[in-house]
Amino acid sequence: MNRRGLLPFHNGEPLEWSALAALPIGRFRDTVVEEVAGGRRLAAFFGLRENRRRVRLIAVLADDQNGVLYALRAGVEDSFPALTPACPQAHLFEREIHEQLGVRPEGHPWLKPLRFTPADYPGAEPSAPPLIGETDFFAMSGEELHEVAVGPVHAGVIEPGHFRFQCHGEKVYHLEISLGYQHRGIEKALAGGPHSRTLYQMEAAAGDTTIGHALAYATALEALNGTRVPARAQAIRGIALELERLANHIGDLGALAGDVGFLPTSAQCGAIRGDFLNMTALLCGSRLGRGVVKTGGVAFDLEPERTAELSRRLQKGLDDVTRAVELLWDSSSVLSRFESTGALSRRQAVELGLVGPAARAAGVFQDVRHDFPGGIYALFHIPVSTMEAGDVYSRAFVRWLEIERSIEFILELLAALPAGEISMEPARKPAANRFVVSLCEGWRGEICHAAVTDSRGRLARCKIVDPSFHNWPGLALSLRGQAISDFPLCNKSFNLSYCGFDL
Amino acid sequence: MSSIITSRLHQGLRTIPFPPEKCIVSDRLRGAPLLSSAPCPGDCRACLQACPVEALSHDAEGVLQLDLGRCLFCGACRDACPHGAIEFTTDYRLAVSRREDLKMRGGEIRLASVLAEEIRRIFGRSLKVRQVSAGGCNGCEVDINVLSTTVYDLGRFGIQIVASPRHADALLVTGPVSENMRLALLKTWEATPAPKLVVAVGSCAISGGPFAGHEAVHNGVETLLPVDLFIPGCPPHPLTILDGLLRLLKKRHA
Repeated sequence: MNRRGLLPFHNGEPLEWSALAALPIGRFRDTVVEEVAGGRRLAAFFGLRENRRRVRLIAVLADDQNGVLYALRAGVEDSFPALTPACPQAHLFEREIHEQLGVRPEGHPWLKPLRFTPADYPGAEPSAPPLIGETDFFAMSGEELHEVAVGPVHAGVIEPGHFRFQCHGEKVYHLEISLGYQHRGIEKALAGGPHSRTLYQMEAAAGDTTIGHALAYATALEALNGTRVPARAQAIRGIALELERLANHIGDLGALAGDVGFLPTSAQCGAIRGDFLNMTALLCGSRLGRGVVKTGGVAFDLEPERTAELSRRLQKGLDDVTRAVELLWDSSSVLSRFESTGALSRRQAVELGLVGPAARAAGVFQDVRHDFPGGIYALFHIPVSTMEAGDVYSRAFVRWLEIERSIEFILELLAALPAGEISMEPARKPAANRFVVSLCEGWRGEICHAAVTDSRGRLARCKIVDPSFHNWPGLALSLRGQAISDFPLCNKSFNLSYCGFDL
Repeated sequence: MSSIITSRLHQGLRTIPFPPEKCIVSDRLRGAPLLSSAPCPGDCRACLQACPVEALSHDAEGVLQLDLGRCLFCGACRDACPHGAIEFTTDYRLAVSRREDLKMRGGEIRLASVLAEEIRRIFGRSLKVRQVSAGGCNGCEVDINVLSTTVYDLGRFGIQIVASPRHADALLVTGPVSENMRLALLKTWEATPAPKLVVAVGSCAISGGPFAGHEAVHNGVETLLPVDLFIPGCPPHPLTILDGLLRLLKKRHA
């Protein structure tokens, strides 16, 4: 117990629902606000409808330094006092709660639609569904001010989203990002599950994070049904997760080079990224890792020849990517564009609750693989890569450090793959009235799946928090005072998921 | 400067010939399926029950039928079948011109046919493509993007991904078409000058994929727009997409 009577628990540790601290809403609010001010982080904050009138709010706090989680709950009806004015990390979570459940966070400074979904909660007033992108955008006025609106359909092969810039000349005063275009109703479909389609939907929650989301979900389910995943399967999961990180980080460094017109690294990383996607395909046939993670283990083994081949390709890949990426750090034209662009301070990163490379680039020492190690990461350690400046350069360089360390990590694992089975049948059905939080460090940062089961062991709620949910406000803030022409570069340095946010 | 040249030399030539001279896909790729043409024994429905997206069915004689437009190529049916009636080959050629051609039996897939002469004459030797993600998970998008790398070098075939629908001959649509992207997709289509093609890439864009039936999505592009090319997969391999596009343009025969 810590000083507030909150029970600490671990990543992937199932709790009795009744073990969650149930507080009156006033104390719930004060506790979350004070804990976050004291250095804890709001990993998830969501609602669960109990009956027509009542909603349970659940907050998950992460104590990164001590590697423990805290969860607390409170019952509310039509409204509750908003946390956001005192705790910016709650901003998007509270908009989501309002949109999904119709419960109003009173005093929220910016209570607008998040995904523009029709109201489908009890007591919702019949009205036309909201029109995507139609909302009160933050606006400035003045003689020489102008507004730039971009999207949802962009110029490149990327997902849709809407961006509004308030500019004076080239200088951006404010950027507002309005999403929801990719909404597919994933969380709603999870309720009452697990269903036969659920794992496939998790793999496609954010397709570039197939392994990350499948792993977070499978781990939550295994905690609920008491499955002990064999060590060999844990190792293969770790390899797949790091391969996913490698392909994406290498692609990002190439794209960053492309955005500043430095074509050698851009072209080379494009091809090398494909080599890493093909390493995942070597494991499972799919370049994105579809089908690797199964509840209870993995579906594909690494026999000795495949292990040797993967090892050989990784060593070659390291040589190739080193030659391609080191050109960036030796090129003054690249560095002058990367350095000081889109900088976020450590204080800003902490206040917003940023995760992943974006947080580590600003000096925040935080990485699920280190702080809340689950699976193979409890046995094989991976150093946390941080930088200080929080600019495009730091976000690029953190990726480079992570590339080197991930390759080293996989090679080490391949040389010492535990023997044994690669999957285990579930011991039983998911237990009833349980609560579990499963964290996994995806390539963009912390993926959080928080599941609650009902009295029959079905999923009453499974909340998915993609790292992008925490980080989109970071991108918006990083644009302040920047030239609008640096937006593509800043955007790419975060490279956030639209569908992971929209779900 | 010298390090740039050294690095470039180290890379060598990365562009692959197309069609590839040797097999370059993983031996574990789940490509074109091969189904038994014989009726399934008794009342076995193991694969039908294992399929997460109801892609399999039996005809009146009990012969297996697979809808490639729904299929996620997950392999659950193969693993569930006690009779070995389902296999996945490493053949990446899957793109077809008509929705019904995706409903396969045995091992035959009627691959995409060439565009009408008149349309090919108007397009000339090039095809400008505008991609629209309409609820796509960034899986299909990733493997479309890959086509522009030096490895696949889409430009050598006269195909180019363009930034505006006004410059495009074809829309490459990914995702089940979320309700929230419906209007943007239709506006993009209207902005594209005729004659124009629509290509549905991936099981989501063909049938809704793993999200079929959700209130928030439209179960594929064909519910809203006429589709000229269907490229199955979740996501399709880049070679599958490239093969489909080249078939339309009569730049690929085998």
